[in-house]
Amino acid sequence: MSRLGRIARRTFLLGSAAVAGGVAIGYWAWKRPVANPLPATLPEGAHAFTPYVVIDAGGVRVIAPRAEVGQGIASSLAALVAEEMDLDWPTVRIEHGPPSGAYYNGKVAAEGFPFAATDSGMLARGARGLGDAVAKFADLQITGGSTSVADAFDKMRQAGAAARAVLLSAAAEREGVPRSGLRTEAGAVILPDGRRVPYPALAELAAGRDIPLDAEPKAPRDWRLLGRPMQRHDIIAKSTGTARYAIDMDLPDMVFATVRTNPARGGLNGMDADAAAAMPGVLKIVPVDGGAGVIADNSWTAMQAANAIDFSWGPPPFPADSATMWEQVAASFTEDRRDSRLKDEGDLGAALAEGEIVEAEYRVPYLAHAPLEPMTAVARLADGRLDLWTGTQIPVFARDRAADRAGLDAGAVTLHVLPAGGSFGRRLEDDCIAQAVDLAMAMPGRPVKLTWSREEDMARDFPRPMAMARGRGAVSGGRVTGFDLSVAAQSVTASQMGRLGMPVAGPDVTIVAGAWDQPYAMPACRVTGYRVPEMVPVSSWRSVGASMNGFFHESFLDELIHAAGADPLEERLRLIDDPLSRKVLEAVGEMSGWAGPRPADGIGRGVAFTLSFGVPTAEIVEVRNTESGIAIDRVWVAAEVGRIIDPINFENQMQGGVVWGLGHAMNCELTFTEGRPDQNQLNLFEGMRIGQCPEIAVHGLENGDTVRGIGEPPVPPAAPALANAIFAATGQRIRDLPLWNAVDFA
Amino acid sequence: MIRLKVNGTPRTVTAPADMPLLWVLRDVLRLTGTKYGCGIGHCGACTVLIDGARANACLTTIGSLDGAEVTTIEGLGTPAAPHPVQAAWIDHQVAQCGYCQSGQIMAAMDLLAQRPDPTDQDIADFMWGNICRCGTYPRIRTAIRDAAARLRAETAE
Ligand code: FES
Ligand code: FES
Repeated sequence: MSRLGRIARRTFLLGSAAVAGGVAIGYWAWKRPVANPLPATLPEGAHAFTPYVVIDAGGVRVIAPRAEVGQGIASSLAALVAEEMDLDWPTVRIEHGPPSGAYYNGKVAAEGFPFAATDSGMLARGARGLGDAVAKFADLQITGGSTSVADAFDKMRQAGAAARAVLLSAAAEREGVPRSGLRTEAGAVILPDGRRVPYPALAELAAGRDIPLDAEPKAPRDWRLLGRPMQRHDIIAKSTGTARYAIDMDLPDMVFATVRTNPARGGLNGMDADAAAAMPGVLKIVPVDGGAGVIADNSWTAMQAANAIDFSWGPPPFPADSATMWEQVAASFTEDRRDSRLKDEGDLGAALAEGEIVEAEYRVPYLAHAPLEPMTAVARLADGRLDLWTGTQIPVFARDRAADRAGLDAGAVTLHVLPAGGSFGRRLEDDCIAQAVDLAMAMPGRPVKLTWSREEDMARDFPRPMAMARGRGAVSGGRVTGFDLSVAAQSVTASQMGRLGMPVAGPDVTIVAGAWDQPYAMPACRVTGYRVPEMVPVSSWRSVGASMNGFFHESFLDELIHAAGADPLEERLRLIDDPLSRKVLEAVGEMSGWAGPRPADGIGRGVAFTLSFGVPTAEIVEVRNTESGIAIDRVWVAAEVGRIIDPINFENQMQGGVVWGLGHAMNCELTFTEGRPDQNQLNLFEGMRIGQCPEIAVHGLENGDTVRGIGEPPVPPAAPALANAIFAATGQRIRDLPLWNAVDFA
Repeated sequence: MIRLKVNGTPRTVTAPADMPLLWVLRDVLRLTGTKYGCGIGHCGACTVLIDGARANACLTTIGSLDGAEVTTIEGLGTPAAPHPVQAAWIDHQVAQCGYCQSGQIMAAMDLLAQRPDPTDQDIADFMWGNICRCGTYPRIRTAIRDAAARLRAETAE
């Protein structure tokens, strides 16, 4: 890595510190084209055109270098290239490709800067550009923050357009016809006389040519693939049991392993593994950080043996129980723990002095990612080379750190990135990969498949932080006039980047994301973040800071609106001052018939709006108070995403985000006793079941000029819309999640 | 030694009698379409058919299966020739991460065998035990209704 790269990587600056201090990266170096990692990996007869396109005798392969964790990103990214090259969609082959800095994500670092998505001022734009530069020099190939499509939208369309351009000039030369008479269709150049020359026939001739840097992508009105329903490339495999996740890897001579580590994350004082080692089928017991791994001839035996080890665990390195943790959070609203005040508008003192005061306190719990495929990784150390097969959102880090662990050069490590059975942010960590490397080192020559038990997966997750908010606001003359929200939470960024060896400076925007950056114009508004000292190590969980702040902000705003005697949707529409966001709120109101007749007794509707990851999203939830509890009947959701790449996947992701948000709000929490989560299985952390799932109507708006991702934005408004609906149906205002501690669900 | 049929093929399995069918399928027979999600019967990822009825493979010991007929997702159809239920799943593009879907489809098989024209309540009750962390429930419901129509049309032929 270059010196600049090392600097950028060591000092991944977030927040105002980066803007104030500046990052010493020259403009020229930033603009320099990235090196293409593909040629070194290609067999004879295959040619790379840009880092995204490979043509061989079998046709075109598109590199989609982001983690496929269910969001359909492999197909969405490949479609960007397929559109520009006029490929025949069903015959396109899609691969993740090798880990490489060439696939840096220029949008994900920008997320860390404290500029609202609606801010298009010079400083904000400059900071976003800085994020791009940091990402490039730090080799930040990361999947996260709903940024994959936004980051790729220009890059991959340009790559496709460039590949098409060289193929066209090769065809013109080969056939001796002017380029202007050629067109492309279904993976071939069409000659003036109608003959087809498939791309593979042109690849060799085209391979020697310079890739044009200025090839223009198509205008959206000329799209034939994008923007229309398309079949995801993984859909047949995932409907026939033939998709291969890391947990399904089957290699010659493979052995099966699991790990058991301190569920309270303390050390290991000692263990007695004699009984486990004597179990038939157990091949080896290997120490790993904070516990032990068992290698056996099948996964079940490994798990049985791990349970048979008598461990003596050390104490947790944080407060041992939830009550003490809450004390720690509640004690964090102090000057010395103040982390940020990114919004401070109007005269709050005057607003509070004049109006009727409303005060409220809210709490949200730690939450596990619990992807349905527990953590898995396969490692093989043979002949001085390490091969890894796993799902990961951080392939360059994962490869480099695995190399360090095995004492190898990164060049001796091949990381095969596989689709994951869910992630929700969990596969931004490489803990399981590191363990697989340790196990492979203990079993040289043989592939070791490491599968965590569900109990391990729950105990050793890096959860969404618990958090508390205190709101103080004022209403006057039927309007909301003052809004002051203070949020206390651990820093996700410090915890997560710390584990990656990248210390961060400056305030952590995630503590207040989804609260400080909301496009409401209130006469007086202030949002302050307080940093709770690290307790349970925390991580990014689908929608990150907005997952808690959406609830805080929209619950408190709802309380104020009710105190003012105003209509929850009308008052939000009056306060909102971003045209794109206003349209989203209007759309959801129309879809639900909000302005129509009032719902019958016992039926309540709640509305919530959150702008997160640049996507204004509004949701209305309708609940019914039944004898067996609250039934969630219907949800309407509208979001502004600039461009919808595939309307079917869009709808599925939006619905999934709503289910995720509602399900966790209903019944999920991690509480701790003696440092261990009390919920170590899925029956204790259920989420929504199919019988509880409402009808969910989805509407996507395309008024903005920026393409946005949709994996996360539907999550934040779901919980407050539900709580607001329960209030409307029952008069009960619930300020703590999960809601089932206060009401039953049908 | 246990003799059973898996997807129509007679198999002889040598494994401890208390080994769950799930791990026999995955690690011994190398049929990995059936998934591990919890191991305690609470997620449905491991759903298979045993003599036509859905069961959690993680709770079913291999020792209890002498003479049984087990059907897994691999026994329904293939990517080239999917079963009508799988075809409905494909056409409605149900899957996100896809990890739960083998179990969802196997549970739906049993539901549709018992209720060729299931009501929403039938679907809610019967499919309750199959978790989808990605939240594909709306599409699962649609696919089940569509699969039911396809199967009824087939029987009518
Ligand atoms: S793995 Fe069998 S029900 Fe979860
Ligand atoms: S599709 Fe991911 S768990 Fe169901």
